[in-house]
Amino acid sequence: MSGHVFHPGHAELHGVTVVVETRGSRTYVGRFDNEDERGVHMLDVGIHDEQTGGPKEEYLRSSAKFGVRTEHRQVTVPADQIVRISRLGELS
Amino acid sequence: MPYNPALVAPMRAEVTRLGAKELTSAAEVDAALGDQRGSMLVFINSVCGCAAGNARPALGLALKHSVVPQQVVTVFAGQDLEAVARARQYFAEYQPSSPSMALLRDGEVVHFVHRHQIEGRSPQAIAGDLTAAFDKFCGAAV
Repeated sequence: MSGHVFHPGHAELHGVTVVVETRGSRTYVGRFDNEDERGVHMLDVGIHDEQTGGPKEEYLRSSAKFGVRTEHRQVTVPADQIVRISRLGELS
Repeated sequence: MPYNPALVAPMRAEVTRLGAKELTSAAEVDAALGDQRGSMLVFINSVCGCAAGNARPALGLALKHSVVPQQVVTVFAGQDLEAVARARQYFAEYQPSSPSMALLRDGEVVHFVHRHQIEGRSPQAIAGDLTAAFDKFCGAAV
C-alpha cells in the first residue's frame, strides 16, 4: 500500500474495491462509493450469502483471483449491519 | 457511451509510446490473440484517473525490465467497446475490470492483474508484481 488517498477530495476508500462483512450471513464485495448515516454505498457489487453460497472465505479467494462477479449496480449496506470493511486487494 | 476521443488520446499515447500495439476492433483483437504463440501482455486501458493513472506508469516501469513479453497489446475500456468485449472473451473466466492486465503464454492466461490489485498501490509496486510474472512466464526456458 502506498498510503495515499486514492481519489483526492473523496473518502479514503472512494473507488476502491472493498469487502463489507456484516452481522448476518451476507458479505458484499464491490467498489466503495461513499458512506453516510444510512450506511455504505457501493457500486458494481457481488453479494455472498453464507447460508446458501458456501464458505465466505472461498468466495473471497475466488473474487480476489478471478475478480468480482457483479450482480447489482448499486447497493447500500445498512450502517448497523456492518462489522468490517477491508480492501479486496489485501486478499490478493 | 464512449468518452470524448480527445480526452482519451493522451491516455492512449501513454501506452502506445511504450511499444504496445493498439487494438480497436474485434477483427484486430482476433488477429492478435487468436492462435496466440509465445508471451503477450494485454493491457486494458481505462479513463479512471487514479487506478489507470498508476497502471500506465507501472507498465512503463515493467517494460524496462530485462525480461518482458514478446508482444504487448492494448484495448481501451469505455472507448473501443467492441475490441474490449472481444478481448475479454479470451480470458472469460476473469471478471471484467479496468484497468487490468492479462499475461498470456501460448493462448493461456498465466497471470492476471485486476483493478483491485492496482487501486491505491504505487506504480513501482504494481510494476514489481508484473516483472515477477515476466520472470516466471516470459523467459526462454519457461
